[in-house]
Amino acid sequence: MTLQTTGSNGNDHKSSVPAEIDYDDPRTTRFEKVKAAARQDGVEIVHYEPQFPERGSKTEKRMTRTVSLMFLLVGLFGTAFVVLYIAWPWRWEQGNVLMKWYTPLLGITLGLTALFIGFAILTWGKKLLPREVSIQERHDGGSPEGDRRAVGQTLAYMVEELGVKRRPLLGLAAAAGLAPVAVVFAAPIVGGLIKNPHADNQMFTTGWAPIKEANGGTRLIRLTREDGTPIRPGDVSAGGQMTVFPGIPGGASNAHADSPTLLIHLRPDDGAVARANNVKGTGHNKFSTADFMYGDFIAYSKICTHAGCPASLYEQQTNRLLCPCHQSQFLITDNAKPVFGPASRSLPQLPLAVDDEGYFVAKSDYQATVGPDFWERP
Amino acid sequence: MKRRKIDVRTLPAKAGNEVEDRLGVATPLRGIINKVFPDHWSFLLGEIALFSFIVLLLTGTFLTLFFEPSMKEVTYDGSYAPLRGVHMSAAYASSLDLSFDVRGGLIMRQMHHWAALVFMGAIVVHMLRIFFTGAFRKPREVNWIIGSLLFWIGFLAGFTGYSLPDDGLSGTGLRIASAIMLSIPLIGTWLTSSIFNGEFPGEIIISRFFIAHVLLIPALLVALISVHLALVFKQKHTQWPGPGRTNNNVVGERFFPRYTIKQAGFFMAVAGVIALLAGAMQINPIWLFGPYEAGVVSAASQPDWYVMFLDGSTRLMPAWQINIGIGNGYVIPPIFWPTVVLPGFLTMLPMLYPFIEARLNRDNKIHNLLQRPRDVPQRTALGMMAVAFFLVLVLSGGNDVIADKFNISLNAMTWAGRIGLLLLPPIAYYVTYRICLGLQQHDREVLAHGVETGIIRRAPDGRFYEVHQPLGHDHEELEYAGWVVPKKMNRLGALGPALKGFFRPIERPAEAPVSPGHPPIEPAPERREIESKH
Ligand code: FES
Repeated sequence: MTLQTTGSNGNDHKSSVPAEIDYDDPRTTRFEKVKAAARQDGVEIVHYEPQFPERGSKTEKRMTRTVSLMFLLVGLFGTAFVVLYIAWPWRWEQGNVLMKWYTPLLGITLGLTALFIGFAILTWGKKLLPREVSIQERHDGGSPEGDRRAVGQTLAYMVEELGVKRRPLLGLAAAAGLAPVAVVFAAPIVGGLIKNPHADNQMFTTGWAPIKEANGGTRLIRLTREDGTPIRPGDVSAGGQMTVFPGIPGGASNAHADSPTLLIHLRPDDGAVARANNVKGTGHNKFSTADFMYGDFIAYSKICTHAGCPASLYEQQTNRLLCPCHQSQFLITDNAKPVFGPASRSLPQLPLAVDDEGYFVAKSDYQATVGPDFWERP
Repeated sequence: MKRRKIDVRTLPAKAGNEVEDRLGVATPLRGIINKVFPDHWSFLLGEIALFSFIVLLLTGTFLTLFFEPSMKEVTYDGSYAPLRGVHMSAAYASSLDLSFDVRGGLIMRQMHHWAALVFMGAIVVHMLRIFFTGAFRKPREVNWIIGSLLFWIGFLAGFTGYSLPDDGLSGTGLRIASAIMLSIPLIGTWLTSSIFNGEFPGEIIISRFFIAHVLLIPALLVALISVHLALVFKQKHTQWPGPGRTNNNVVGERFFPRYTIKQAGFFMAVAGVIALLAGAMQINPIWLFGPYEAGVVSAASQPDWYVMFLDGSTRLMPAWQINIGIGNGYVIPPIFWPTVVLPGFLTMLPMLYPFIEARLNRDNKIHNLLQRPRDVPQRTALGMMAVAFFLVLVLSGGNDVIADKFNISLNAMTWAGRIGLLLLPPIAYYVTYRICLGLQQHDREVLAHGVETGIIRRAPDGRFYEVHQPLGHDHEELEYAGWVVPKKMNRLGALGPALKGFFRPIERPAEAPVSPGHPPIEPAPERREIESKH
């Protein structure tokens, strides 16, 4: 590599060889030393101009005052912040107006404190320090040719020395032996996380599955309110609806997130339409829904078949159920089939009956899969 | 004993030498403080992201001191009376405590959330700047890729963080996320049940999200941001073309002192704005949403803005379900396309773009000079096409709110979104392309004929014409240099620069800012009379 020599005026700053400067020479000013130091990094300060041509000019004084004022404001707002933080009533109390202002006041005083620090520093830097224009050379294109060759040769030499080419068995054996090691590292990390989604048939059962009793019989699950109380047909008036949960321990909790169900009492004419459509079926279902209704009562899963939000907005006039998440709409009187939006599957219907004590029960679990769709849903 | 005299003035030098003897920092330090940075307002956008990230780290650390990442059921008995006695997860209860029973906790929570919104916003705007000015070209492709990764990792950070309080809204978001994972063919159910440790919602997801949100994702962010900055440092910043600026130099200010000072001030300003936002505008009032219950949702619940485009794409997607009739039958649900496939494209396409463009232009050169968007009409138009696509999706993400506010039917909004998504991007492309060409042509006209002076003259034959001030000497045509062409007389110094100052003019108005930071133009030796040319 050849070194280029620099012109003494430093204009040719392509070279990285600086003009030496004697830092102890009292005849050069400190700025000249700074310039020389910059030149060592290929930086030429081509323009350096104080903001105020005469020292102590009126503008300079005004700027100084402005910056000082900002710092004083920092102190003011900062103090205000601390005082408010300590003294302002902050605990939540019904109807306490003062406490509502606690967080806004903290934010505003803290924000103004930081803003004024920022403005003060910015103004100081931009308006009081000299303006400068410096030019620095770029050195694109990577390392010098010599270095590239040096590294390349060294690496190539090392590969030769390892001698995999001459001893192919070694390479093969190493590759074959090390391949499982990757799995060794991955196994404990990934393996512990993997969980079979089909354990207990969990994708296809909900809290409504009838419980097998010790004596061999099965108990049907009651429809209950959130507090666990069962529901009689008389509790829902015609045109009304109610969210119901399986009457099992924790049935309304998130442990049974796929079980919330919407029980709707249709008006008689709608009920007739719905029943007729139930008999017809949807064509998708491989089972009959003919006797799923109880009178004019119909119950559908509340968990949207699109992405699992609760489809909970019931429009009485049109008998549509709207899901608020992506606005899929399901027609209640026709097997809750999707009529608009991104959902592609009907809401599963819960077969209803009334037990000896007059309470609603589910005749069985949902026959269709509840909730968002997935690959292996039959 | 003789008293040793301590010369205070030599102390700093002495201390410096002591440090130097041990660590040898002077040489690298010289390089750093001498480093030249170009200046332009658009170069600050990335900094906003960086600074809000620092605010995020600081406020987030505070929040971890109080938050309890557990789904164990507890009964709330904190200060907030309306929820007292309600069963909820410990995560939600501790988030309420952070808001009501930790002094100043709410302002920290709100600052954290606002900083996240600002962070993501700054990333997007910064990336638009990079894209439209061609700053991603060789040698900076790697930094562009890191930038787009930062967006997606920031997205994950936002989502996991938003889910932690386990309130009514975040639970719904989590539910949708689980449905998105379920929809992936073949592995969907396995992936979901592995992440949730069983069926949704399970009992561990909050703890897992917590460690992801406070350790794994931030570590990744810090690592990528460090590399990002190191590369900016190593490759030196791009600059706009202008007098004295070439592809082989950087014209600007040295790192120390002015650049550093401005950065410090700017950081405080960004932090101040975040604090003001957090104080003045309530965000994510979790106490109003109640604990998450699978059967309850409130309408018009909007996710954070950077998630809305996915919400929009999900809403617009028609109900196209693919059934595969083998064996028991398999399904690809419609939600798979807008939430898995689309983001996949949106991740890969931008990352590959620098290479695609270089390939098409057969361009293997190193570029350190930025391009004005108008000078590369195809790229600018493509970018606007993407922006239009994104905006339609974002608006559709809030289409129920729009429908409600303006009394439009929801179905009409959905259809408008579907059609708009197909129609608006090409229109945006065409319009942008034409505008770019128009701007280009105007630049060339001014260079050829001069600046409009506003002086109307009447020719002897009665025609009117406007006097133009040519820019070159002797009516020569100037070549376009890739930078702003002065189009007003005061830009030429002919009328004197516009007065600056808010209440009163600042004494010495700045030089005509043909190109910020370049050496001021020497005043022309003789001022030429305004001449006409037409
Ligand atoms: S979750 Fe119901 S429409 Fe998407």
